[in-house]
Amino acid sequence: MRKRSENITRNLPAAITLILIVILWEAVSRSGAVPAYMLPAPTAVVNAMISDFPVLMHHAATTLQEAAWGLGIGILLAMAMATVMDRFLVLNRAFYPLMIISQTIPTIAIAPLLVLWMGFGMSPKITLVVLTTFFPIAVGLLDGYRSVDEDAIDLMRAMGASRIQIFRHVKFPAALPHFFSGLKVSASYAVVGAVISEWLGGFEGLGVYMTRVKKAYSFDKMFAVILLIVVISLLLMALVELIRTLSMPWLKAGRGAKQGK
Amino acid sequence: MENLLEAKHITKEYDGRVIIQDINLILRKGELISLLGLSGSGKTTLFHVLSGLTKPREGQVILEGNEITGRPGAVSYMLQKDLLLPHKKVIDNVSLPLVLKGLHRKEARQIAHPLFSEFGLEGTQGQYPSQLSGGMRQRCAFLRTYLSAVSGKYVQAGTRGQKQAHLHGVALLDEPFSALDTITKSQIHGWFLEMMQRIDLSAIFISHDIDEALILSDRIYVLSGTPGTITHEFWIRRDRGARKGFNLTPEFLDYKRQILQALGTS
Repeated sequence: MRKRSENITRNLPAAITLILIVILWEAVSRSGAVPAYMLPAPTAVVNAMISDFPVLMHHAATTLQEAAWGLGIGILLAMAMATVMDRFLVLNRAFYPLMIISQTIPTIAIAPLLVLWMGFGMSPKITLVVLTTFFPIAVGLLDGYRSVDEDAIDLMRAMGASRIQIFRHVKFPAALPHFFSGLKVSASYAVVGAVISEWLGGFEGLGVYMTRVKKAYSFDKMFAVILLIVVISLLLMALVELIRTLSMPWLKAGRGAKQGK
Repeated sequence: MENLLEAKHITKEYDGRVIIQDINLILRKGELISLLGLSGSGKTTLFHVLSGLTKPREGQVILEGNEITGRPGAVSYMLQKDLLLPHKKVIDNVSLPLVLKGLHRKEARQIAHPLFSEFGLEGTQGQYPSQLSGGMRQRCAFLRTYLSAVSGKYVQAGTRGQKQAHLHGVALLDEPFSALDTITKSQIHGWFLEMMQRIDLSAIFISHDIDEALILSDRIYVLSGTPGTITHEFWIRRDRGARKGFNLTPEFLDYKRQILQALGTS
């Protein structure tokens, strides 16, 4: 019970701020200070969301599929890459700078190229999501592998552990918290990445729908799409957080009381 | 007594600098001996060689007649930090050496489980290391060290019918209690001596604490100089079972004076 009330106290400032902003926004829109076609009122956005719901869900399904494929492939690729790079120092030296440089290229600049190379189907979208989600996870894992105490590795070696056993029992579990931090960032990138690539061409998806309603000047509908993207990203991050908590029960146990001398 | 572990003419260098030179030592079965030396005398380097983690430039390490120079896994090693893996429950941490030698996790747990009560750790099996205090964690690390020392023999002998019989093993203990506070440390000394009486473990103990070495060991080697060599050897002629209050006797002070002289610090 106490924990719940603590949670409420902690989140109260954020909730009040959010509510105040929405009220202010509604007031500004209604007063006519900003024309409705430029900034639709929150109520108008919610209305658009309700009336458009079936269409939005249809497009969201496509976007989510691209995001899920992209994120899935991104995770696998990042795991393979980080593990191999950790094992062979030469590969680490060869690829780490390239990985950093690749992250400075703006997504919006490569997206049209990908469409040019791969057409208007799902593949350029998935590729873009892979490119954006790969990096945070790979870097997280690499840092995690490196965070292991050298003495722990010496101890494992002294117990006769093989390299694979050291990886399995020490290195990988130690990297898990870092992995999940990266995954949380990547999960939010995944949806945004898919939407950005849909802007540049495609047949369906939230990004495609967004450009359509923008061209029709239906800004209430466009805001509804943005709101939906925010909700989906938050849900994905919450899902990652849930998996994180479930897969690392020892983090929770550590907060309890200590026993004995 | 038979020679269990032997180091012959060990010389080791790092980056062209000789750290230890021509070290000879013997650990007999059932013995607990200490290596005393100032910091930088090469104690840990010697342990790395004895445990097989690194190869010496010259010399051999022999365990029960077999050469094990540069081959880790035969001699158990315990460090100052407990190094319990935070993501494994205590029972899995302790039984890890058996799993590493190829036993199934369930089998390994079955072997480790009854030892918890013997080591004063009953009830901690299902907890995570972060739930235990420093002293308890060090006890768990010692139990793991013991299981590591005998793991090879468990796997050879098979697990059935071996339940209560204690197998003997060799452990290297690198200042295992130095991170603990004074009171916990003196409590754990008593516990440690009692455990050493019960289990069949022979051990070499590194320390820079003369009192600790005198309370715990049968024999003390003094390591000094650059590069480090063994300069003195002391036999502590008091039964290890009767060490309670030993540190308050004139005999103890006498040993201490000699050792201080040997270290060149008095």
